Amino acid sequence: MAFDSNDNKLWLSGNEAIALGAWEAGVQVASGYPGTPSTEIMGNLVRYEGVYGEWAPNEKVGLEVAIGASFAGVRALATMKHVGLNVAADPLFTAAYTGVRGGLVVLNADDPQMHSSQNEQDNRNYAFAAKLPMFEPSDPAEAKEMLVQAFNLSEQLDTPVLYRITTRIAHVKGVVNKGERIEVSPGTIEKMPAKFVMLPGNARMRRAEVEKRMTAARELAETLPENRVEDGDRKRGFITSGTPYNYVKEAFPEAAVLKLGMVWPLPEKMIREFAASVDELFIVEELDPFLETHIKAMGIDCHGKDLIPNQGELNSFIVRKSIDPDSVGDLFAPLELPMRPPNMCAGCPHRGIFYGLSRMKDVFVSGDIGCYTLGFLPPLSAMDSCVCMGASVTIAHGMAKALGKEGEGKLVAVLGDSTFMHSGITGLLNTVYNESYATVIILDNRTTAMTGHQNNPASGKNIKGEPANAIDLEQLCKAVGVKRVVVVNPHDIDACRKVLKEEIESTEPSVIISRAPCVLLPEEVKRKKPVYYTNLDNCTGCTACIRLGCPAISWHPITKEEAVERGYKEKQKGYAEITEVQCNGCGQCACLCKFDAITKREAN
Amino acid sequence: MKQSGNILFSGVGGQGILLASELTAYAQLEAGFDVKKSEVHGMAQRGGSVEAHLRYGERIYSPLIEPGTADILVAFEILEAARYLPYLHKDSAVVVNTQKILPPAVAMGKAAYPEDILDELTSRGINVVALDAFAVAREVGELRTANVAMVGAMSNFLSINKQVFLDVIDTRVKEAFRDVNKKAFEAGRKLVYS
Repeated sequence: MAFDSNDNKLWLSGNEAIALGAWEAGVQVASGYPGTPSTEIMGNLVRYEGVYGEWAPNEKVGLEVAIGASFAGVRALATMKHVGLNVAADPLFTAAYTGVRGGLVVLNADDPQMHSSQNEQDNRNYAFAAKLPMFEPSDPAEAKEMLVQAFNLSEQLDTPVLYRITTRIAHVKGVVNKGERIEVSPGTIEKMPAKFVMLPGNARMRRAEVEKRMTAARELAETLPENRVEDGDRKRGFITSGTPYNYVKEAFPEAAVLKLGMVWPLPEKMIREFAASVDELFIVEELDPFLETHIKAMGIDCHGKDLIPNQGELNSFIVRKSIDPDSVGDLFAPLELPMRPPNMCAGCPHRGIFYGLSRMKDVFVSGDIGCYTLGFLPPLSAMDSCVCMGASVTIAHGMAKALGKEGEGKLVAVLGDSTFMHSGITGLLNTVYNESYATVIILDNRTTAMTGHQNNPASGKNIKGEPANAIDLEQLCKAVGVKRVVVVNPHDIDACRKVLKEEIESTEPSVIISRAPCVLLPEEVKRKKPVYYTNLDNCTGCTACIRLGCPAISWHPITKEEAVERGYKEKQKGYAEITEVQCNGCGQCACLCKFDAITKREAN
Repeated sequence: MKQSGNILFSGVGGQGILLASELTAYAQLEAGFDVKKSEVHGMAQRGGSVEAHLRYGERIYSPLIEPGTADILVAFEILEAARYLPYLHKDSAVVVNTQKILPPAVAMGKAAYPEDILDELTSRGINVVALDAFAVAREVGELRTANVAMVGAMSNFLSINKQVFLDVIDTRVKEAFRDVNKKAFEAGRKLVYS
């Protein structure tokens, strides 16, 4: 295949390809919440003319916005990661009843292997549970083409369509063919109460429509070009979809394959015929035995999760080894090496708060989802739970109610500004209304950092970086009824420790807003900052600064002789040193050094 | 000309691995191959281990390199070369930047940075080319070109004409950085055989 950057071939990631596909399909409104691996779809989509895109505060809001746009007659897209669909499940299940006016696609990015997630749920199960068609592409090129088909099917069958990708679509790059955008017309109001007002009388009517539509979808699946048989040796036949299709093609290139582009509902006739034509049938899929379960329910004998792992992501090696264990040769064994987990950046404002919390051993820290979850790692080790977006606030409240007086002065919730906007605010309402005492710390770094710096309702900027209304966190917390709202600079270690002590000991609801920008924000990267350097002569090896876990500070062990040579006390075991090029000038370490060994050098 | 191959890039978040793998991918595309590349985002700027898989050939399905099949490993840090040993085979070439970035446990004094760890690779018959990419970058006058110097060194193991890489830099790198990146590429390329 020749690659000519001047013609219509593009080198795109799956997420870029999906943004292009949405534009070509005529999408006019899109809404989503950032979540790895789905995030870059929205960021790319808003660059196209004729598309309104936004960051919603959470996935439920995003999906409802897309439903609204569909009700107004335009094509609409909602994007989210797999756990986001749990948040959006409420509108999803009922939108299955209302159906659509403009085509509606719900893009869902699963994360097998949990590269950046707290679980690896298989969201194909939502297609079954919500009674919705679901597409699943295998690579970036297909991710674009199939999305256009998904929008067509949505309008043809009057249904939202689920679109499932995984990390190995979203963040894989491949060659994609560029197409044209279809003609679009502006939205209109059309009142269709029997279809759009889901009170029981109407919903019962629509419920019957759902069944009719799924029957039609099942018939359509038999002839859909996205479901196809690739002929080959019929001793072994494979039924597969999504990324595992690629692994089957590499591991068993000679075999016949039934590739499913639509993974729900299934083309039963096609599957039966294929199964009958092969000696042995293998179902290769990542995570749950979704296809396998439904194919076995057809009374078809097959191999699946008896051989293929149901945890983690697959690759061609795992697929080959699972089916032909003797076919793989010996590999070099891994070496025993120190791990390199991610760490909060040098100068990260979260570190100041977690340092303070790390010194309060009796306090239970109810954590949340974001960069700050890294506060769990040593040496800070200052997080005791983390379940899902917004759960820090509510879990702390639940513990307060369980512990009563015993828990006073021992409970704190920690979450970021974006996570607070996502679903922390409802928990805080509950804390105030049902009167408990757990302190809530909002780590306000002005951005959604972990997913790559997306703006949120508190940032003062929209998805394109243009000025937008900024929600005032202090006023919001006060309006909810929190009387104690304190703002603190997390780089001021002493002030932090004082505020933490006072607020955690308080027996009424309180909020600490820890405010300092993320050091990776473009304006922070550009800003001329001071740096700190070590006066090695003064270092006593006390390790106070090392306990921050800052990547710009490293420990150098020394022998007795070296200690004497350096003019240290003989028993000094080492010294700490700042790598100046890595320092972002936050000054937290200087706050902790009692021996004048850390000095500021002003920006020049 | 080799008709297919697997190139694995490894290093630490923030070292410019994505740009290095992008330039290599574009060069393979210009040479007429089908290419797939897999990255993992999310933690990329948080100092963790980072890898990118690049596969090229007539028709590539899987974006992931199988263990034992990486033909070239481009490692931006010594430990991150050793970590990927299970992906290598005895005829693999390893191009490694001699930089050491201390992992957290080492920086805190809880573990030691393994000495002579590259010997573990050479002792298994693997061809290891170690270079100081920062020294190259410093010499051409822009520290941020260390990643392109690595691409230059790696390019010796591919049968693609070096002009293809230079053209890719011309079309894919911002104008202000083109010349310095081309110099870094050439300097890195020369280093392997000097």
